[in-house]
Amino acid sequence: MPKLTIDGQEIEVPANTTVLQAAEMLGIEIPRFCYHERLSIAGNCRMCLVEVEKAPKPVASCAMPVGEGMVVRTSTPNVLKARRGVMELILINHPLDCPICDQGGECDLQDQAVAFGRDHGRYAEKKHAVRRKNFGPLIKAEMTRCIHCTRCIRFTTEVAGVPDLGGIGRGEHMEIDTYVDKAIGTELSGCLIDLCPVGALTSAPYAFRARPWELKKTETIDALDAVGSHIRADSKGGEVLRVMPRNNDDINEEWLGDKSRFAIDGLMRQRLDRPYIRENGKLREATWDEALSLVSAKLKNTDAKAMAAIAGDLADCESVAALKDLMTDLKVSNLDCRQDFAQIDPSCRAGYLFNAGIAGIEQADALLIIGSNPRREAPVINARIRKRSLRGGFPVGVIGPKMDLTYKTEHLGESAALIEAIASGAHPFAAKLKAAKNPLLILGMGALSRHDGGAILASARKLAEACGVVKEGWNGFSVLHTAAARAGALDLGFVPAQGGRDVKGILEGAEKGDIQLVYLLGADEIDMSRLGRAFVIYQGHHGDAGAHRADVILPGAAYTEKNATYVNTEGRVQHTRLAVFPPGQAREDWKIVRAVAGAIGIHMPYDNLPQIRARLCDMNAVFARADLRQPAAWGAFGSAGTVADEPLKTAIANYYMTDPIGRASPTMAVCVETFLSGAEPRTGTHG
Amino acid sequence: MSLHREEPKSFSFDAETLVKAKQVIAKYPEGRSRSAVMPLLDLAQRQVGGWLPRAAMDYVAQFLGLDPIKVYEVAHFYTMYNTKPVGRHHVQVCTNLPCWLRGSDQVVSACKKTLGIGVGETTPDGQFTLSEVECAGACVNAPVAAINDDYFEDLDEESVTRVLEAIKRGETPKHGPQNGRMNSAPLGGPTTLKGEG
Repeated sequence: MPKLTIDGQEIEVPANTTVLQAAEMLGIEIPRFCYHERLSIAGNCRMCLVEVEKAPKPVASCAMPVGEGMVVRTSTPNVLKARRGVMELILINHPLDCPICDQGGECDLQDQAVAFGRDHGRYAEKKHAVRRKNFGPLIKAEMTRCIHCTRCIRFTTEVAGVPDLGGIGRGEHMEIDTYVDKAIGTELSGCLIDLCPVGALTSAPYAFRARPWELKKTETIDALDAVGSHIRADSKGGEVLRVMPRNNDDINEEWLGDKSRFAIDGLMRQRLDRPYIRENGKLREATWDEALSLVSAKLKNTDAKAMAAIAGDLADCESVAALKDLMTDLKVSNLDCRQDFAQIDPSCRAGYLFNAGIAGIEQADALLIIGSNPRREAPVINARIRKRSLRGGFPVGVIGPKMDLTYKTEHLGESAALIEAIASGAHPFAAKLKAAKNPLLILGMGALSRHDGGAILASARKLAEACGVVKEGWNGFSVLHTAAARAGALDLGFVPAQGGRDVKGILEGAEKGDIQLVYLLGADEIDMSRLGRAFVIYQGHHGDAGAHRADVILPGAAYTEKNATYVNTEGRVQHTRLAVFPPGQAREDWKIVRAVAGAIGIHMPYDNLPQIRARLCDMNAVFARADLRQPAAWGAFGSAGTVADEPLKTAIANYYMTDPIGRASPTMAVCVETFLSGAEPRTGTHG
Repeated sequence: MSLHREEPKSFSFDAETLVKAKQVIAKYPEGRSRSAVMPLLDLAQRQVGGWLPRAAMDYVAQFLGLDPIKVYEVAHFYTMYNTKPVGRHHVQVCTNLPCWLRGSDQVVSACKKTLGIGVGETTPDGQFTLSEVECAGACVNAPVAAINDDYFEDLDEESVTRVLEAIKRGETPKHGPQNGRMNSAPLGGPTTLKGEG
């Protein structure tokens, strides 16, 4: 471990640390544009120059490895002079258009020009201008502002694994370009906006909407996929204007999928902002009193056996718990949260979680993906797998359709029968899993939502046990959910009670007329035409499939509009925070369920958030510890039966529209048009 | 980069070039064939006739298993790859300092006059393209102009006109110094080491 001195402070750091990183450990900030801790080192902006004793000239600290006894100075007059010179050169071709640039106020170049630049420019010649480029519907490229740091090129090539961007031309004529005028084809393209240190790449949907100092910043959790990425929702005047990732090394690092980032304009459209009641086949606006009395009358007067409740993919744990309490009180046993018919066994927690953890992917040394397309189902997790894959020694086998996951995979075949073959050791990939120290198995909803999903689950468990996926100190059996609500609802046991019907049974019952009342808690993904003549109560925030079928609509809050709990696919309990209030008369969802119960005359023992959170802990102790991943004990799960020799599918065909928010979002519609039109299906969310 | 020009839709190496390409790749260790990107681009450029359409770059990328953008980067970085069509004879006059001191301005204007085109233009018959280039690496024989693969050195107005007229007539003028020097030996014979001992 070399020891060096930076600005008079001594520090010992691991070899291969760079001077800039060592300085950062001491809390000394060195300005930089091209250096980024998650990307390879380029060393081309020269902003991080420092003085190193015995070196003849200033040294770029981002690319300089530390050496024993090195003496570094980061703020001598010479260093400041060098940085001032670098800044002047960078600004030569940078337009002075800060007043019309969206980066203004949160621009590294602006900040550092103030801190390290001269007070005026001496350059009077013509500046370089770049033809407008098309980087797709999400990224607004104003490449005249580009300072050629190449962070975007490194991100697309290294992290996203989609080498679309490059530096075309040389010297001052160099331009960052896709060359062939195409949209950047990655689900993580929004991260380019965060990475760009200047205003060259900015968010297209957010263009000219607000200045950073006008925004209220709320640190919350994403609910549009099951990853539970940490986000910051920036709002102004009751509208969430943009969502940006927050760093969390255990979950999303500092990346975020495009859906989670850009679908938010759907939060302002198709909203249910007041209760509705269907009269003579038409929905009419109603008051809360009317709606609640109608709902309570129906709930009171329908036979418990003829009632059912389905929790949707965006439902928060508080409302699921309250609805479960209500249904239990009404002796209703037909409950389910698995809208896609996934035959998940709720009895064993390890059977439905991503047990390895997202950060655990980096410890894995072999991977088998069954019926999942992580690139579409959880782009951030896919980036983590790619990160692991780039380190090498990581065979990845895929059972399911052929797909481009951005890393090297071995396509084993499409048939689900291969799971058995690997479990029995007959298939050569079994040897690779057995040879690995920490083998990982990712099981997707595409496999579990099949008619023989329970058997596939059992067979995957057998495979995991046979191939050492589960062993002392390592559990690589990982279920990748597609819905933010799923793991939480399973933890709360929102599944059929003794003798109750699951979603399939509920739909069959409704078709036959056995089920006369269905309570949909944000459930939009089921086939509404199969609800027959049942009375449908829809509680949710968007006028989507569920609301169109509903007989009563109770307007709820979206994930940015409530303090709610979600459990991500790893089993990590996380809390969202209210960024803006729900529109109109819409209310927080657990309070609506509580009001429904009150209207029937059932008293629920919780009146405020701490009390309902305490109720969650009563129902399942995992809710007592937020933000931590809680390992689940291994056990028996899955159901007996034979796995059909049929090709596996993946759960998501259309990444951009998996939920009512995405379907209401104009930005997502444009993305579908740009990225998915052609070979892939345009609508529908099930594979 | 503007792509709004007529480009061939497809490209592939002809039999002769394919043999050469395989020879080039054989020079690199197993698994390092992508190092051959520059010689292969050169071969492609020669086959097309002096320039690289996108189809050719894509073909080379696919040939070597590279991402197309990496090939575009290389092709646009080096000035000796032409990404726009050029005439059959590409006249590249060096105008850097040593050549300029020795009269490259006159050479350029003679070229313009003889060919009837400006710098960066191609004659209507597609025979000549005139370019100014940075140091051609032959300062000792300044001023120089490279016409396709041949260097014409120690030029002046009269000699460059003569060379171009000869090419126009379909002849192949002698390349190298045009003022009677032998390579870069002094003009007018040796000046040192003339005696016996």
